[in-house]
Amino acid sequence: MKILVCISQVPDTSTKIMLENNNTAINNQGVTYIINPYDEWYALIRALELKESGTATDVHLITVGKANTEQIIRKALALGGDEAIRIDADSNDPYETASQIAGYVKSAGYDLILCGKESIDYNNGAVGAMLAELLDMDYIGFATDIQAEGDLVTVKREIEGGEETVTCNLPVVVACQKGVAEARIPNMRGIMAARTRPLKVVAPIAVDSVTSILSYELPPAKAGVKLVSPDDMDELVELLHSEAKVI
Amino acid sequence: MSVVVLVEHTEGNIKKKSLEAIQYAAGIAQKTGTTVSAVVLGTLADNVMQDLGQYGAQKVLHVPDARLNQLHARAYTNALITAAQKEDSKIIIALHDINGRAVAPRLSAKLKAGLVAGALSYPDLTNGFAIKKQVFSGKAFAYVNITSDVKVITLMLNTFPLSKTEGSASIQKLDVNFSDKDFGIRVKETNKITGDIQLADAQLVVSGGRGMKGPENWGLIEGLAKELGAATACSRPVADAHWRPHHEHVGQTGGTVRPDLYIAVGISGAIQHLAGVSGSKTIVVINKDPEAPFFKAANYGVVGDALEILPRLTQAVEKFRQNHK
Repeated sequence: MKILVCISQVPDTSTKIMLENNNTAINNQGVTYIINPYDEWYALIRALELKESGTATDVHLITVGKANTEQIIRKALALGGDEAIRIDADSNDPYETASQIAGYVKSAGYDLILCGKESIDYNNGAVGAMLAELLDMDYIGFATDIQAEGDLVTVKREIEGGEETVTCNLPVVVACQKGVAEARIPNMRGIMAARTRPLKVVAPIAVDSVTSILSYELPPAKAGVKLVSPDDMDELVELLHSEAKVI
Repeated sequence: MSVVVLVEHTEGNIKKKSLEAIQYAAGIAQKTGTTVSAVVLGTLADNVMQDLGQYGAQKVLHVPDARLNQLHARAYTNALITAAQKEDSKIIIALHDINGRAVAPRLSAKLKAGLVAGALSYPDLTNGFAIKKQVFSGKAFAYVNITSDVKVITLMLNTFPLSKTEGSASIQKLDVNFSDKDFGIRVKETNKITGDIQLADAQLVVSGGRGMKGPENWGLIEGLAKELGAATACSRPVADAHWRPHHEHVGQTGGTVRPDLYIAVGISGAIQHLAGVSGSKTIVVINKDPEAPFFKAANYGVVGDALEILPRLTQAVEKFRQNHK
């Protein structure tokens, strides 16, 4: 079984977002970039577990990004993975990103494609399902457990109002969230080994993007907190009723 | 031509958030001079579907195939594309929830249509087709312009207040050519959570952090939640320590909530947690540390020991409920 893990580079979760160029761009000054947590903690680690248990033969990593994303690919390889692919394109349109990955997958062939449930930068959570559609595959989102055997996967997934256990034949795209695996910390041996693992740079295919970001905006500052005495919870309830009108 | 909307239902009723989606579609239809066709998949009574007219749907396209009572994203996609072709639609709307997020990207890829995932505004037509959405888990917003001819939108729930009017929608059966591939995912077991209020859809949320000191004190959170009719949530350290189940974790790497009221008890307010709750209309923070960063993001604050304050607040809510029956 060949597994492909989709990796996205995102600002660290502690980043305070600042804007520039008349609010048309994110200010990158001082921003630390990390592997999207859902991709790293769940998708990548589960793929490595499947390889360690002998279920998977190969684990490849793929990202769509310019040369500045190579540091997070190396970091991902330090956790594990046999080879990495970087498609040399800069995209924040999920259709364009999915089309780039689909273009590569068509020539390479994978049985199981894992990604995070969404990236914490653009919060679309769309690339996985788009990829499945472009590759004529099934897609299972919001997975909390993934088992694979032969040409079958069994996945626990969150559904509206509960959870479900489903099975599906390979190939399939699965989007992972908490529960799928436990996060790991790369060790020195992994970091050294990552340097020698192949990182292939692939030229992008021609894709028209179908969305563009015109501008950004920061949330308005809160007007300030109104403090209520801990001895007067009746007042708090009254404020929530008559002022905030939420109860 | 019309705006096509995917409608969700549960236990014989339309979900409130789907009424929001219909109303949103009606707003877009008015701006673009078209009508609204609601697509209902699976088993549902005619009178329930007719009532969608009260929120702006002129027509309901019903696919009464019982297999669609469960999520089959490829079948849903197929049905919506069939509906869009029949209605000559250029705009397809779903919710930004588990179902919508499985279907909308497939529609987008299939139709080569731009997707705005998690819309927070009506499209600004003076600026192309620009829609506001959350980015960086609520730390910022982006105005995303859809440049393709066909457009797909998932609407963030609890964004626009509902208002009911007169109206009745006409119902038509929609024939869809399903293939085996549309049902390639086989459901082995379903566990529906009944009784509890779903966190993602909740109007009121009571959430606890490390300040609750231990799982043995969670009865206080649940007591207040029960009195309010609220869902319960928690911060990441609480889920990581297994005091509470993972699905209750709210924050940048957990779930996002958009309730009318979010009560944070004993949560300091790390930037990652704030990102997951920033869509809340009103935030109450209860914390013994007056310097807790969460107070800066709160509308109302109470400085003091959560374990003492919670029973008082629960009692005050109980009293209020009795006086406002």
